Amino acid sequence: MSQMPYIAAIDAGIHQEMRRDANVLYFGQNLATTENHHFLAAYGSDRVRVTPISETAEIGIAIGAALAGFRPVVELYMAEFMLVAMDQVVNEAPRFRYMSGGQVKVPIVLKAGYGFTAGWAGQHTGSLAALFMGVPGLKVVVPSTAADAKGLMATAIRDDNPVVYLHNYMLTLEHGEVPDGEHLVPFGKAEIRRAGADVTVIATGWMVPRALAAAEQLAKEGINAEVIDPRTVAPLDLDTILKSVDKTGRVVLVDQATRHASVSGMIAADIAEHRFKSLKAPIVQVTAADTTIPYSEPLEAYVIPDEARIAAAVRKVLK
Amino acid sequence: MSQSTNPERQIWIYTQMLRIRTFEERVKRAFTEHPGVIRGHTHLADGAEGSIVGSLSHFREGDAALATYRCHGYPLVLGSDPKAMMAEIFGRADGLCKGLGGSMHLTDVKRGFLGTSGIVGAGIPHAAGVAWAAQIRKKGHVVLSFFGDGAAKQGAFHETLNIASLWKLPVIFVMENNGYNVVTTTVQEDANAAAGEPLATKAKAYAMPGVTVDGNDPLAVHAVVGEAIERARAGKGPTLIESKVYRLSAHGNIIAPPGVPLHYPEHEAIATFGKREEYEAALRGDPVPRFRGILVKSGVLSAAKADELTARIENEMQEAVSFALKSPFPKLESALEYNYA
Repeated sequence: MSQMPYIAAIDAGIHQEMRRDANVLYFGQNLATTENHHFLAAYGSDRVRVTPISETAEIGIAIGAALAGFRPVVELYMAEFMLVAMDQVVNEAPRFRYMSGGQVKVPIVLKAGYGFTAGWAGQHTGSLAALFMGVPGLKVVVPSTAADAKGLMATAIRDDNPVVYLHNYMLTLEHGEVPDGEHLVPFGKAEIRRAGADVTVIATGWMVPRALAAAEQLAKEGINAEVIDPRTVAPLDLDTILKSVDKTGRVVLVDQATRHASVSGMIAADIAEHRFKSLKAPIVQVTAADTTIPYSEPLEAYVIPDEARIAAAVRKVLK
Repeated sequence: MSQSTNPERQIWIYTQMLRIRTFEERVKRAFTEHPGVIRGHTHLADGAEGSIVGSLSHFREGDAALATYRCHGYPLVLGSDPKAMMAEIFGRADGLCKGLGGSMHLTDVKRGFLGTSGIVGAGIPHAAGVAWAAQIRKKGHVVLSFFGDGAAKQGAFHETLNIASLWKLPVIFVMENNGYNVVTTTVQEDANAAAGEPLATKAKAYAMPGVTVDGNDPLAVHAVVGEAIERARAGKGPTLIESKVYRLSAHGNIIAPPGVPLHYPEHEAIATFGKREEYEAALRGDPVPRFRGILVKSGVLSAAKADELTARIENEMQEAVSFALKSPFPKLESALEYNYA
C-alpha cells in the first residue's frame, strides 16, 4: 500500500496497463509536449501523443485504433469537452460492435474530469454521468477513492468496450491507500463504504465523502446510515443496492447532477419498481438545484448537495 | 499503360464495376419486386463504380477501407459474399452483420472493410485511427477513407485532415464529389465550389497533396490513388483525392413511415432543380457502359465476352436475391447479444 492522491492513482492505473500491454495508447491535448514527460519517456511517441484541440478527431481516431486492435486512452480533461464530440461518444463508439453483428470491438477509455465546483462557473462543472449511463454499449465509471481511481482505470483499459471514465475534480488531491503492484477493481460491484441498518444512502464521486460525513454526524444522533458507492453506474450493481433497501426500508440518493439529469433518478426508479413493498417511506433525492452552476462561491455552495442537506434528507426519511 | 492496368487488370476492374451496378440494380428492383423486404434507407453508388473500383484496385492484405452509409460497392470489390450482403440488406439471419446493421452499415472485417458510419463525416477520424495503428505496426499498410463532398463541410473532416497530415498517417482520403448533398448542390454549400475552385483545394490548408480526378474513368482513379498509396506506404503521409462522379440515382429511397411502399424517386437534378439536360448528360457519361466501350474498342474485351460477363454477373446477383429471400429472420434474442464484447 502507498499513500497517494486520487489524481496520481489514475496515472498509476494507466502506467500499470501501459507497462503490461504494448497495445495501450495514451493521447490528448497538452499531453506529453516535452520529451521528459513521464508517459512519453516510458512508452515513446508511437504510443503517447499530444493532439490539437480536436475532440471529434481524437475520439474518432481512438475508435479507429481500437478497431485495428489497440487500446487507446483519450485524455479529455473536462467531461464537457466530450459534448463537443458527442456523436463519437454516444453514436459511434458504442454502435460499431452491434451494427457489425459482433465482428469488431471498440476498447477505448475516455478519461475526463467532472463536477469542478471550485469557481469554474457554468461550463466546466457539470456532472454528466447520467448522459452516458443509458447508452447501450457504453460503460461508465465514477471512482470516489484513490484506490478505486487506479483499479477502475486498469479495468477500464482491459475492458473490451468503450468506457467513459469520469474522475471528480473535487477529489483530485484526496489522498488514500492505494495497493502497490497490479490492482484491478471489477465493474458492476458497488462498495458499501459504511455499514448501517437504519437508512440506505447512495452516492457517487465527491458526494461519497459528503455522505460519509453526514453519516458520522447522524451517528451522534443514534442514526445508523449505510452508505453505498456504486463505483460504476453502467453496469450498475442493483443487487447490492436492493439488498440494503431490504434491510433498511429507507433510501436517500445523493447526486451532484441536477435532478432530471442525475444517476440518482435512474436508481430511484429501479428501487421503486423492484422494492416498493420494502420501502417504509418515500425515496428522497438530494441533487443539485436545477440551475447552471454559478460562479460566486456562496451561490455555488448553495446549489450543490452538502453534508447538512444530506443529513436533513436522512432525518426526513426516518420520520 | 502501367503493368497494374494490364488487360487482365482492366477486365477485373470492369467486372467489379459491373458487379456493383448489377448488385445495386437488384437492391433497387427489390422495392418493386419484393415490397417491404428492404426497410429504412438505402443509398446507391451508381455512377461511382469506376471511382470505387479504381481506388480499391491497389488493395493488399492488411490494408483497410472505411466508408459511409453509401457502402454496397466497397465490400463487394474486396471479396464479400453478395449473398450475405443482400441478406443483410433484407434484415436476415445470414446477413453479413447478422441483420443488425442493414444497408447503411455493411462491415466485413475479414476483407479489411472495417465499418461505416451513417453520420456524415464521422467515419473519417476512424480511418485515421486505423492508419495510426498501421503506422505503429510499420508493415506498410494503408487505409482508404471514402466519403462524399458533403462530409468536407464537417468538423470531423477538417480536424482529421489536420492530424493525419501532422502525424503523416498512411491514409488516403477519397472524396467522391457527386455534386449533391441530398438536394443541396455543392456550389450552394461549399466555398471552394462557389469560387470555382476544385474541392481538392482544401488539402492545401492541411499541407497535403490534393488531386482532382475524373471519377468516371477508373484507370485515371487507379493512377492517382496508386500514387497516393505509394506515398502513404513510404511514410510520406496522406493525400486528399477529389473524385468527380455523378450520382445516377436519387440520394436514397423515399423516406416514409411504415405502410407506405418505398421506392427510388426521380433524381434531385430533375425533381428539385428541373435540370433534365444535366441528368441526361450524366447518363450518357455512365462510367459502366463507357468503360465497357473503351475495353471493347481497344480489343481488351470482345463484345461476346462482355455479354458473357453480364450474364454471369446477373446470375450471381439473382442467386444473392434468392438466397436472401430464403434466409430466415434472426432469432429475437440476437437483438440483445452484441451491445457489449
